[in-house]
Amino acid sequence: MTSERHEAASPDDDRLRISELADLAGLSEAELIALVDCGVLAPAEGLPGQWVFGLRSLTVARTARRLREEFELEPHGVALLLGFMARIRRLEEELRELQARLPR
Amino acid sequence: MKFKDYYAILGVERGATADAIKDAYRKLARKYHPDVSREANAEARFKEVAEAYATLKDPEKRAAYDQLGRHGSGEDFRPPPEWSTHFGGAAPAFDGMDFADLFAGLAGHRRSAGRQGPAGPMRGQDYEVAVPITVEESFRGTEVSLDLATTEFDEHGMPRRVPRNLKARIPKGATEGQVLRLPGQGGNGLQGGRDGDVYLNISLRPHRLYRVSGRDLYLDLPLTPWEAALGASVEIPTLAGAVDLKVPAGTRGGQQMRLAGRGLPMPKGGAGDLYAIVQFVMPLELTERERELLKELATASTFNPRRQLA
Repeated sequence: MTSERHEAASPDDDRLRISELADLAGLSEAELIALVDCGVLAPAEGLPGQWVFGLRSLTVARTARRLREEFELEPHGVALLLGFMARIRRLEEELRELQARLPR
Repeated sequence: MKFKDYYAILGVERGATADAIKDAYRKLARKYHPDVSREANAEARFKEVAEAYATLKDPEKRAAYDQLGRHGSGEDFRPPPEWSTHFGGAAPAFDGMDFADLFAGLAGHRRSAGRQGPAGPMRGQDYEVAVPITVEESFRGTEVSLDLATTEFDEHGMPRRVPRNLKARIPKGATEGQVLRLPGQGGNGLQGGRDGDVYLNISLRPHRLYRVSGRDLYLDLPLTPWEAALGASVEIPTLAGAVDLKVPAGTRGGQQMRLAGRGLPMPKGGAGDLYAIVQFVMPLELTERERELLKELATASTFNPRRQLA
């Protein structure tokens, strides 16, 4: 068995152009643009055509690809589901914060 | 290798139509897909269901699967010698191969033989690994050791499992829900395609003392009513060691006392805060002297904590 040592790339280190994001996530650039248009994906910086994305966008885009493939969803269905998932995640974060503030 | 009954996994008859297989898969995917499910073991169950569907939805793979005959799930199994015809006559070494590799191998062979469209570069497989870490490990940064079995394809498109051990440095301040990426450490790419990545899904293990919210920490601080009333200096455990906290006279129960910068570190410098939440505690049993003093206090005090209830 081989053993290798690696430095994990943290979300703030990674900056991905749309072509790299498409390659890593397994989506087309058109699909990524559609996700940006729906507000599901937010470029970290740049004007349209020069967008730069963070690693968090890669997580969202990979989830979009999984949902599309594994539930066989069309793009609007994927966007709707991702929107709900983001809301659930925000609510869970708020809940975690409130629970942390409560004495045991 | 152990046989897997893909029909039983999807809960369909062996003669099920392609539509019935798809319906069964969709129902199970809704129940177990790790992105949407809260079921225990969802990820493992979904992997099994997806593996069964990947084979049964493809007519060529389903036919090859059906040729293997009926066996029970978990039964020891060795593919017949004629299986090698699927790989252009190459004699595959089945030892150490996973059952799913038989069918992944069909796809790999098709790609390498150029039987399905133009043979283009194929990215290697990505892997996701759950990495639970402690609050202390998040505070200091840590190194985790990961054992992976990546699937690689030889020149015949024959898959083989390659055990690998990765040691990954987790930067300090890694928090719940964060995803870290190890570029190029996944499965190998085919025909010039780039290698896959490994994604580490970080979660924080519950801590005996601290509750975590983002990069802030919350700690219950037990005080006696007289410490709160008169003020006190108390020792607070922080991740960097104990510090003295001055509790001002007149501290209220439930009050949050902030220790700035004593939380988890931020990636670009700075840190969250530690909040000590005051909780009043009384001794379970009072000494005679304590009882006397409290009685004296009860007689002397005119304070009414329930004035607003009247």
